[in-house]
Amino acid sequence: MTTATVAKPKAQQPGKGSRRVSLPVLLLVIAGVLVLTSIVRLISGAEGITSTGQMSTALRLAVPIGLAGLGGLWSERSGVVNIGLEGMMILGTWFGAWAGYQWGPWTGVVFGIIGGALGAVLHAIATVTFNVNHIVSGVAINILALGATRYLSKFTFENQPQGSSKQSPPIDSLGTFDIPGLSSWLDTLNQKHWFLVSDVAGLIGGLFTDLSPLTVIAVALVPVTWWVLWRTAFGLRLRSCGENPVAAESLGVNVYKYKYIAVIISGGFAGLGGAFLSIVASNVYLDGQTAGRGYIGLAAMIFGNWMPGGLALGAGLFGYTDSLNLRGGTTNVHALILLLAILLVFGAAYLAWRKRYLPALITAVVSALMFVWYVSTNEVPKQLVSATPYIVTLLVLSLSAQSLRMPKADGLPYRKGQGK
Amino acid sequence: MKKFDKERALLAVAGPVLALVAAIVLTSIVLIASGKNPFEPYRLMLEQVGFSDIQVLIINQASLYYIAALAVALGFRMNLFNIGVDGQYRLAAMMTAVVGAHVALPSFLQVPMLLLVGLLTGAFWAGIAGVLKVTRGVSEVVSTIMLNAIATSVIGYLTLTDNFGVLVGDNITTGVMKESGWVPGINLGADVGEIYGLVFLAVLLGIGYWLVLNRTRFGFDLRATGASETAAAASGVDAKKMVFTAMLISGGVAGLSGLPLLLGDSHTYALTFPAGLGFTAIGIALLGRNNPGGIALAALLWAFLDKASPALDYATPVAYEKEIATIMQGLIVFAVVISYEAVRQWGLRRQQKRVGAELAAAAAGNNNHKKEVAA
Repeated sequence: MTTATVAKPKAQQPGKGSRRVSLPVLLLVIAGVLVLTSIVRLISGAEGITSTGQMSTALRLAVPIGLAGLGGLWSERSGVVNIGLEGMMILGTWFGAWAGYQWGPWTGVVFGIIGGALGAVLHAIATVTFNVNHIVSGVAINILALGATRYLSKFTFENQPQGSSKQSPPIDSLGTFDIPGLSSWLDTLNQKHWFLVSDVAGLIGGLFTDLSPLTVIAVALVPVTWWVLWRTAFGLRLRSCGENPVAAESLGVNVYKYKYIAVIISGGFAGLGGAFLSIVASNVYLDGQTAGRGYIGLAAMIFGNWMPGGLALGAGLFGYTDSLNLRGGTTNVHALILLLAILLVFGAAYLAWRKRYLPALITAVVSALMFVWYVSTNEVPKQLVSATPYIVTLLVLSLSAQSLRMPKADGLPYRKGQGK
Repeated sequence: MKKFDKERALLAVAGPVLALVAAIVLTSIVLIASGKNPFEPYRLMLEQVGFSDIQVLIINQASLYYIAALAVALGFRMNLFNIGVDGQYRLAAMMTAVVGAHVALPSFLQVPMLLLVGLLTGAFWAGIAGVLKVTRGVSEVVSTIMLNAIATSVIGYLTLTDNFGVLVGDNITTGVMKESGWVPGINLGADVGEIYGLVFLAVLLGIGYWLVLNRTRFGFDLRATGASETAAAASGVDAKKMVFTAMLISGGVAGLSGLPLLLGDSHTYALTFPAGLGFTAIGIALLGRNNPGGIALAALLWAFLDKASPALDYATPVAYEKEIATIMQGLIVFAVVISYEAVRQWGLRRQQKRVGAELAAAAAGNNNHKKEVAA
């Protein structure tokens, strides 16, 4: 546990020096959003939007996305685009469940990692050795993983009690734990519905309630990844392969080797994310369980500007909007419309201040429409709730994509000796 | 010149053949590993092709695949990855079904109008990704994937019985379309079935695809942008405009891909519409090397694997899992991309060697010549 709590602030650090947004500004923005959310909660009476339960669910949903994002980070930092994360996750869910129901959940976790890494080996062979277009190879892996797991299920799960060709037998739980005293205290605080205090209590409480050991490991992997990639010689070499492989080669780095290692680790992360889905998030493997989370992890990583801290933030945002689906979504998303409208007012003011009047006007009009929508309805359709995470991802990406910088040689083919 | 062509033909054929052989060998290994006869399933599936009802099924299915794969290929030709064909196709099929159920024009107007609805809906949905890419720099890979998921929600909302949904049994549909919008097929008898009338649309689109890409200024610009954006920009191509236009066209074609089934057979949109068509189409476009003829063969192969494999489940005396066909499809795509790249590199090496040999011969000739002069 200590690793996670102590190391958590570290994960934010990469955001500090690298972008125009400095740490104090980032903290100020987060604090501002919290205050706004709190106001919206008081106005709308949608207490659910910052409840401990909501935050706890959000964390559970964010973990697989974050793990997939970390996988994408490793591979893209070495210069290999990995859209096959989805397929590697599928392999992770299947192998995790297959080993999990027979030999216990921890064995399942290990096998999930191995399953994802197997898919990654294929991806590495295709992209690094044969220089196949990275996206093409990734798409092929996604198709192959889907077919392979369906085929394997027929042989393994179908003949088992409580299993079928689309579902594995149940797996034992890894168990959950609370921090004695702290969790219940935060929950009580959250129940008081005080301005801001309860919201912060809910946010922190969610991080310390009903924790699975795998969640703790996953959260800890964010700073670990940052440390390995940005603070070790190994990480420097790996990243140099993604920025300028020819230069790396001239300094004696075996680019192929580093790319292979990075892609295989990437698959391991995706596989772990898959194993989390089948072992912790539910207790069975289901056909189609990943539901595009590999792609969303990739989007979270892009949103996070190819940085661990940013991707954790992105995964958290996605996990939160996804959690609305499970808990009182129709009223909570309705409350979020008000939040969005208020944010847009600020955006319009900012644009007007920068003397960009036309965009400011458009933003103001959209904001007004949001207000009208909020006032004239009591809740939103269920379908909008399920689309919310995807819409938010699109919105966030379209606002942030231009200030992002991906590794310079990301997705480009590389041959040994090409710089000669 | 003629020799060069032979070389090219060899390379063009080597890729797919190598891939198919590799995929078959690998599938056989999977079969052996699962303790099954490694050859029997192929024989069983090939046997199916002899039945004319299966032939009709294959052709019908292939027409859907073909149109969707053309949409994907169009993007590929300029390095755009339209992963969103699936969402565009489903949304367009649903909208067309809704319009077809509520508007009744004479047949000669109704059918073109319905095609236009499908085309525009698909183009609109892809256009969102296009706008985001051009104005905000959002990768089309991510945005189209998100739009796929959003399309699912939009369809779910619009097919609610409060909106356009009609409950038939336990299935939510969009209501039966007006008969003037039905496209008659080629009826081959009661137990054989009917070939969709819009199979010809697929053929026309294939011809159009070839003509536009190879015989128009626009097609040239599109391929140039795909080959080298900077070079295209230098020759006066507006890359942003090209990206947006290509996305619109790709989405429009994708919007048509569900219509052979909708106007020819089901006449209503339900959740039973094939899911994942757009993703399958990516594999088919890759297999067909973005070439209209190649895609047609690939679509037929895929449809064959789809429609012949269910028989494996009922085979006597030993049944096989029909999922082996899915594995084979995945392996084919994989083998294809690797073998194309391997063959391309092999071809490059051959070319280098030949050019090198020619240059060396020329240099040697020069040297001799010089020596003679010197002497």
